[in-house]
Amino acid sequence: MTKSKYEVFEGKLTTRAHMQRTGSLLSAPGMLTLLVFLLLPIAGLVVLAFMQRGAYGVIDWTPSLENAKRLLGFSSFGWSSDNLLIIGRSLLLATVTTLLCIAIAFPMAFWIASHKPSTRALLLAFVMVPSCTNLVIRTYAWMLVLGAQMPPTWIARAIGILGETETLYPGQFAVYVGMVSSMLPFSILPLYTSVERLDWRIVEATKDLYASPLRSFRHGILSQMTIGIVSSIILTFVPSLGMYVVSDLLGGSKYMLIGNLIQQQFGAASDWPFGAMLGIVLILASVLSLALLQKISKGKSYV
Amino acid sequence: MYKKSSPLVIIISYIGIALLYIPLLFIALFSVNANRHGQTWGGFTFDWYVKLFSNDLVQQATLNSIILAVTSTIIATVFGTLLAIGIHRTPWNKKIRSFFDYSINIPVVTPDILMAIALVTVFGLFRTFLPCFEPGMLTLIISHVVFQLSFVVLVVLGRLSSIPKDQIEAARDLYATTSGAWFRVIFPQLLTGIIAGALLAFTLSLDDFIISFFVSGPTSQTLPLYIYGSLKRGISPEIHALSTLVITLTLGIMLLTLFYNQKKSKGRNK
Amino acid sequence: MTAISSNTDLHIRHIHKSFGSKAVLRDLDVSIKSGEFVTLLGPSGCGKTTLLRIIGGFEKADKGEVALGEKIISNHSPNKRPVNTVFQSYALFPHLNVWENVAFGLRSKKIAESEIKTRVQEMMDIVQISDLTNEMPETLSGGQKQRVALARALINQPKILLLDEPLSALDANLRKNLQRELKTLQRKMDITFILVTHDQDEAIAVSDRILVMNGGKIEQDGSPEDVYEHPTSRFVATFIGEANILECKKESENKVQTPFGILEVEKTPNWENGGVAIRMEDIFVYDTRPEKKNVFPAHIQERIFRGDYWEFLMDLGHGVVLNVMTDPDEMYEPNTDIFLEFPKEYLQVLRD
Repeated sequence: MTKSKYEVFEGKLTTRAHMQRTGSLLSAPGMLTLLVFLLLPIAGLVVLAFMQRGAYGVIDWTPSLENAKRLLGFSSFGWSSDNLLIIGRSLLLATVTTLLCIAIAFPMAFWIASHKPSTRALLLAFVMVPSCTNLVIRTYAWMLVLGAQMPPTWIARAIGILGETETLYPGQFAVYVGMVSSMLPFSILPLYTSVERLDWRIVEATKDLYASPLRSFRHGILSQMTIGIVSSIILTFVPSLGMYVVSDLLGGSKYMLIGNLIQQQFGAASDWPFGAMLGIVLILASVLSLALLQKISKGKSYV
Repeated sequence: MYKKSSPLVIIISYIGIALLYIPLLFIALFSVNANRHGQTWGGFTFDWYVKLFSNDLVQQATLNSIILAVTSTIIATVFGTLLAIGIHRTPWNKKIRSFFDYSINIPVVTPDILMAIALVTVFGLFRTFLPCFEPGMLTLIISHVVFQLSFVVLVVLGRLSSIPKDQIEAARDLYATTSGAWFRVIFPQLLTGIIAGALLAFTLSLDDFIISFFVSGPTSQTLPLYIYGSLKRGISPEIHALSTLVITLTLGIMLLTLFYNQKKSKGRNK
Repeated sequence: MTAISSNTDLHIRHIHKSFGSKAVLRDLDVSIKSGEFVTLLGPSGCGKTTLLRIIGGFEKADKGEVALGEKIISNHSPNKRPVNTVFQSYALFPHLNVWENVAFGLRSKKIAESEIKTRVQEMMDIVQISDLTNEMPETLSGGQKQRVALARALINQPKILLLDEPLSALDANLRKNLQRELKTLQRKMDITFILVTHDQDEAIAVSDRILVMNGGKIEQDGSPEDVYEHPTSRFVATFIGEANILECKKESENKVQTPFGILEVEKTPNWENGGVAIRMEDIFVYDTRPEKKNVFPAHIQERIFRGDYWEFLMDLGHGVVLNVMTDPDEMYEPNTDIFLEFPKEYLQVLRD
């Protein structure tokens, strides 16, 4: 019993092949752009990472693990911890930023959800909008706000955290303020989505079964928010890794991060292969995070 | 369950909001501060705004930013809409559909800098046999289109999915041809999504820094790049005015989109 | 309204349809005369909606054909068939107001503006939505949306109107009213109506003819009275109304043996072991033994008040407990002994 290849698609009698041909035509411009200018180049970067820098900045197409070794600190000058330090610093920055963001975003998500629906939408928009403004401008603003003659510095001096001549900017504190300020909206959104979909009846059930507030929180609320929390962490951590502008401007360009190093390789140092190798670190971080998210969300059906 | 949150939650929430909005407010404040160095209040003035308009470099950068944003938005919106339609209204098998979904989502989760070096690499490659790929307006436009595409597709796709399949069947039941069904039923409803996608793409382009930094050339400075350069060189107060203008523009566009959506959905919920 | 020739009988011949490996319609064969109000009745998954969609052109059968009069329309797109559909979710176009929704089909056919005006006005009057001309679909109630969907379909003067569970989203009272209106409308316009529903009360109320479907096949095809009073199979007996199924052995011609005794029936069963059905309201209760056939003693186990009737659980011994329904004024105390009569005209010998 062979079926004819015609079927009805949205009320039109046609073949699957014909529909797919039309679909391909429509998708072509967009997909080609993405493929040629993004997807294939990223794959290309992975390849490039294992090449070497030839004389005069031209690429030497002999594969080697030089760059990987350099990443770990081994070079012709012996072992130096420079690169590892840079990577470590970036990881530290991203991790602390993520922790701070989650700490603030978590209560905020609940706070937004505690309003009535029309207010909620408004609050959410209110929170998301600053992330659409220019990063450089916002960071610059913090440079001003945390500068020598502004209230925050005065207060810090008064309390005794800072010495008489120190300022909040430039400094590590300023960097974290800038980072959290930029990444916060991205932390809030996934958490909020999770909170909105919470089934409060489960929480009530835990209370009905004599759970203490802490236990109730853990089994009733946290257990339902797993995917939201993980998404929030990923959406904050991964972009933070590559974010070097904030540290540059607010930290006084004293410390190099992965981003700075990459920029250098594609600029003055003209060592694209090594830059690509550094890029792989970022790619790995993104891919691992995505895989983690996939794995965790497979086990849960909600959110 | 509109329970009142505990005081701690409320305090932290307000801290969060403060963190988000303090920079914006301060920039605006400084832009009208007559005191040149901005650390103390010197009186209210619009001088810096006036000075802005006579600054050639600023004008050039602004022009570049606008041309870039408009061009890339148009291209990204067209390509993105077609792509969304191609994905949604075709019976792809699972594997192909996953491929599309992954590809669309990659730009969204990729750190800017990674996209930047990927673009630089491919332009470098093309440059060897096509000189037009020198860092400049063309590379900027292409780069912006690349990161705008995903957002347009996601927005339009979302809108497409919310049009129930039986409306198209109903249209055909009522003697519409394929193009008739498209123009009379689907497209009018899709329009809000397309406009939302375009506006989002426009703001993304105006505000992009890292990618533009890597792929632009000396003749194609955009506003964010100009501002960054000024910061590195030394602060001139026109920057405050410029920054305030840019922020206001972005905020304005986002508010517009919001009100437009509110208006549309107000009628929808009864 | 419009003169319809008898060339608009619908013929469905040997239709097979599978989705993947699941067979949804098996060798379906039926003809529907023009002007009939037919209901496809069955539980979810029985294939009734699929059949409707094949008639409308939204699905293509794997085997078999659909013909309207002499013409085979199996390969025609919906926009080429003189058939219109009222969708389950109404599928009103949200960006057009009511007037434009109703006029949609006419505009597709490029009919003159002046004619459109008259016909839309006329149709909206018939369906009683004239005051909703400029409203947008999102502001309409369920019942109003339903009427707009009806108007939008009927205005094109189709030979057949297909209705896919049109009343399922409405509350009970509204549903009853609309059922009456649908019936009147159909009579007036003399168009073939084919309705799909899983609600047997609805089917009985509106149809001229019911096709009871199960597992991709038509179990019974008959008038509402037929299907209700004389179910031919277990499925139909239990799906429509509430029936007691007695497991019987064939005793002789016109006699079957039950665990509690021998019953005289009107039709000779064509099985050795099978079912005989009798509705709850067709078993009669007596205090003392009446001089009739098919009478057996029973013990009242339980009684439940259902508002407009009493329901009794009657224990006939030998493991048989039946549900019996009586009028509200016919009351018996639980735990008493009574007699039950099974009039043979109400005993339905099932085919399985």
